Parts: sequence; structure tokens; C-alpha cells
Amino acid sequence: MTTAAAATDRAATAPLVPMLVKQTWYGLLALWRIPAFTVSGLVLPVMFFAFFGLPNVGRTFQGINAGAYMLASFGAYAVGSMMVFNFGIGVAGDRAGKLDLLFRATPLPPLVYMASKLLVAALFALLSLLLLFGFGAAVGGIHMAASQWVQIIARLILGSVTFAALGFAIGYSVSSHAAPGVANLIYLPLSFASGLFVPLQSMPQFIQEIAPYLPTYHYGQLAWGAAGAAAEPLATSLAWLAGYTALFLTLAARGYYAEEQRKFG
Amino acid sequence: MASASSDVPAVELVGAHKRYGGVHALKAVDLAIRPGEVVAMLGPNGAGKTTAISLMLGLRQPTSGQVRLFGLDPTDRRARSRCGVMLQESGVPQVLRVRELLDLFRSYYPAPLPLERVIGLAGLEEKAGAQVRELSGGQRQRLYFALAVCGDPDCLFLDEPTVGMDIESRRAFLDTIARFARAGKTIVLTTHYLEEADQLAERVVVIDRGVVIADASPAAIKGQVAAKRVSFRTTTTLSADHLEGLPIGDLQIEDGRVQLLSGEPEVVLKEMFARGVDIAELEVVGADLEEAFVTLTRRAAAP
Repeated sequence: MTTAAAATDRAATAPLVPMLVKQTWYGLLALWRIPAFTVSGLVLPVMFFAFFGLPNVGRTFQGINAGAYMLASFGAYAVGSMMVFNFGIGVAGDRAGKLDLLFRATPLPPLVYMASKLLVAALFALLSLLLLFGFGAAVGGIHMAASQWVQIIARLILGSVTFAALGFAIGYSVSSHAAPGVANLIYLPLSFASGLFVPLQSMPQFIQEIAPYLPTYHYGQLAWGAAGAAAEPLATSLAWLAGYTALFLTLAARGYYAEEQRKFG
Repeated sequence: MASASSDVPAVELVGAHKRYGGVHALKAVDLAIRPGEVVAMLGPNGAGKTTAISLMLGLRQPTSGQVRLFGLDPTDRRARSRCGVMLQESGVPQVLRVRELLDLFRSYYPAPLPLERVIGLAGLEEKAGAQVRELSGGQRQRLYFALAVCGDPDCLFLDEPTVGMDIESRRAFLDTIARFARAGKTIVLTTHYLEEADQLAERVVVIDRGVVIADASPAAIKGQVAAKRVSFRTTTTLSADHLEGLPIGDLQIEDGRVQLLSGEPEVVLKEMFARGVDIAELEVVGADLEEAFVTLTRRAAAP
């Protein structure tokens, strides 16, 4: 049976690369058309930097220009929130809207579907960073070596896997109505308490003590480190992020399999 | 031994069972659908139609038994690439335009139909540039149909395809499906509208409480029940004595107007005359598929 099917295999399935390209392109387009997402993902980080970062440009903090430090902070905030919100709200929305059912019944492989989602998020994160850093360089006059800019961007995008996992954990655990609230309730305090908005040194003592246990703190270290102001070795940051990624993926997998059992068992 | 592909059923369920926790949704279903067949699956809500379709599409796994799609596992991409699916329950991305969504779905299939042709087939020319969220219920159904046919599939699965359509678009839509059927496509549809099944399908599979209770042509199913609808007017107040032991079903009495279904109307009428029931304005007509269906499911329900 299988051999007979294999014999008539001539273009039995569509090529995967064009499929991935189209899926990613239309994913970008769909996201672009949701103002709530573009505003919070692209405009807010620039605005936050204008409020909190610009006044500090020229001062020295942790041995570097405080403006560059805060640009790195808001870069981490922007990419992390892009992941948490895109996947947290996106997955919950897809579940509620029964989009999972639509795509499941097509020949689109689940891996291509997932890869396109990650690509869309990474490309939006890149766009968000380019806007933010462009603004910092043009308006704030912040200078760094090209290699430093590139390193910050690369570290933030690769390290954002942790927050994509957090997004999946939220998206598979709560309803689409609850997802935006839950995502905010988790991500905003994490960002504040890790010094992404205002440097930790100006936070209450107990927060300074909690911060080194938070994923956002170690994620921030990736960016601060590339800008020349690391508070811990890179390996330490990566180890913490890997641990949190494992935790979030476990939570996501639990929700995913429960859903799988119910809807597609 | 591999056989010629035309002998391989398009869809095959062998002793398929499905349980959800304590609920036995599908019980030992055997069903083979040949390439080119047009099959309507009928049954009351909760009968197991959706479960059966979900198994055929690999959206759910049978608890026991086997399911094959073109001789392959239903989740196999080669099998999926030959199927188009219109699921009433599924969602669709809201902010993409009709043309964009179709362009995307075409990329999933090895030999899709040209984009403009798909738009024309579904009658969506005027809405091709509109975002999905702007479509009316009927237009959305046509979009689902377009998504189902854009890959030029050999087999179409249509789950309640005309829900939400007005009479006009429903008629046009049924014509389109009939064209696909004439083009040799295999079509599996579920429907609540029995005249749809009667009009489109050459084979009707009736599912009730997870069991296939009938599997034949629409005419044969009507014949299998062989029911006639008898209606008359009477001044007699009908009591249990008048009806005892008579082969009747679905009895309704309203304002002296009696309606019943019977496989042996002659016997019923003769007995009623004999029992002193006065009968006027007598009508005896062949039951339609809907009545056959009611009789069938009722018969299956009897202990």
C-alpha cells in the first residue's frame, strides 16, 4: 500500500520552503494589521526610551553612557514583550478562534506552521530593535561600535526563546480573554523588578535582592553585557535563561497536551 | 500486495471505535467510500457524524480500529494533499484579505487551481479584496468552500456546508458541488438538510448513537422504510382501542386531522374502517427522505 502510494509520489506534496515563506509573509501582514500589537510592540519601547532614557544620555552608569545602558534595557524589554504578547495572546486567540482546527486539516506541516510563527516574531522583534536603536542613535546621539549594535541585537533575538516559551505557557493555559491581562501581570512586574525601566540601583532594597532570580534580569544582562556593562558572566545569564526556558516549556507542554487530548485526542 | 490505486478506497473505516472518557461516540463503524462517490452522512446532533469526519481527516485518533485515507494514514501529508476540507467549526484568520488567504492556502498543495478560478468558483469576485472579518455569514461559507477546493483535491469533506446561506446562494452553491461531483471528485458531506442529501448524494449513510443504521442510496433508504404518509380527517375521538396492534408510527392528531406513517397503509385503513373510525379527505403519499430518516432513527431507538 505504502509502496504503491510512494510510486505515484511525483509531486504528491507541495514544496516546504515556498510554504514557509508564504506562511511567514502573511503572518507578518496579519500582525501588522493589528494596531494594538504594532503600537505596543513598535511604538511603546521608543516612547519609554524617550521618557526614561533620553534625560540620562551623557551621564555615566556602570562604566558606560547611561543612554546606551537604557537603550539596551528597553531593547530587552521590547523583544521580551514582543514574544510574551505575540505568543501569549496569539496562541490563546488561535485556540479560541479554532484556527488550530483550520490549519490541522490542511497539508501544512505543524513544524512549518510553528517555524513561521517564530520567524514572524523574530522579524518583528528585529524591526522593533531597529526602530528603537535608530531613534537612540539619531535623537539621543548614542554611539556604539557597529559590532556592539549587532551583538546586542543578536543576543536579544536568540535569548528571546525564553520569552517565546513563557508566551506559549500563557497561551496554552488561559483563555483568550484572560491572556492580555495575564501577560501584562507577569511581564510588566518582571521588567520593572529587573531594572529594564529604571536601573535596579534606584529600586527598593528587596527588589534588588529578588532581581537576580528573575528571567528578565538575566535577559537584560545579555544586552548590558554587549554594551559593556555586564554584572555577571555571559555563561551565568545563559544558564539562568536555559533553566527558565525549560520551566516555561514544561508549563506550555502541559497546557498543550491537555488541549491536544481534549480537541484532537 | 499493493493494488491499483483505483481499487483503494478514498476513505476507509474498519471497526472504528471512538470513546471520549465514558462516552462511546462511535461503535464499530465499517465504511468504505470509493473514489468518485458522493456520500451524505446524516444523523441527529450528537450522533457521531463529526466524530466520524474527524477520524477520516486524522483530526482525532480512533480508540480502536483502523482509518485510512487513500490507503494512507489520514495524518500523512500525501493523503492530506489530496483532500479539501470545509469544517463548520473551524475559524479563519480575520485580518487577511480573501485573496491573500487563498494565495496562502494554495501554497499548501502540490497542484493548486489558479487563484482567479478559485475566486470565481466560490463566487467571491466582489469580495476578493475584503478582509475576512468583513464577510457575511454566507460569504464566509463560500470562503470556506474556496479554501477547500483551492488545492484541486480528489476528495472533498464538507461539514454542514450550507449553514448560514440564504436560499439563493444555497442553490448556486449546491450546483457548484454537483459540478465537482460530475467531475469525478469524491465528496463526503454531512448535512441537516435532507433534501440536500437527496439532491446531491448517490449514497446516504445514517448514523445514530454512534452506529451506522443505514447505508444505501436515497431511493433505497426511502424504500427500505417503505413508509407512506397517511392523513385523513375524522370525527371519531381516537382511543387506544382504535389503534391497538396497528403498524403505525409518528402519529399526530390535531383538530380532528390525523397524520401517521405506516409501511402497510392498506392494513391500517382496513382495520380502522372495521373498528368504526370514520375517515374523510383521505390522502396516502410516499414518505420523503426526512420521514424515512425519522422512522429509521426511531426504529434504532426501540429496545
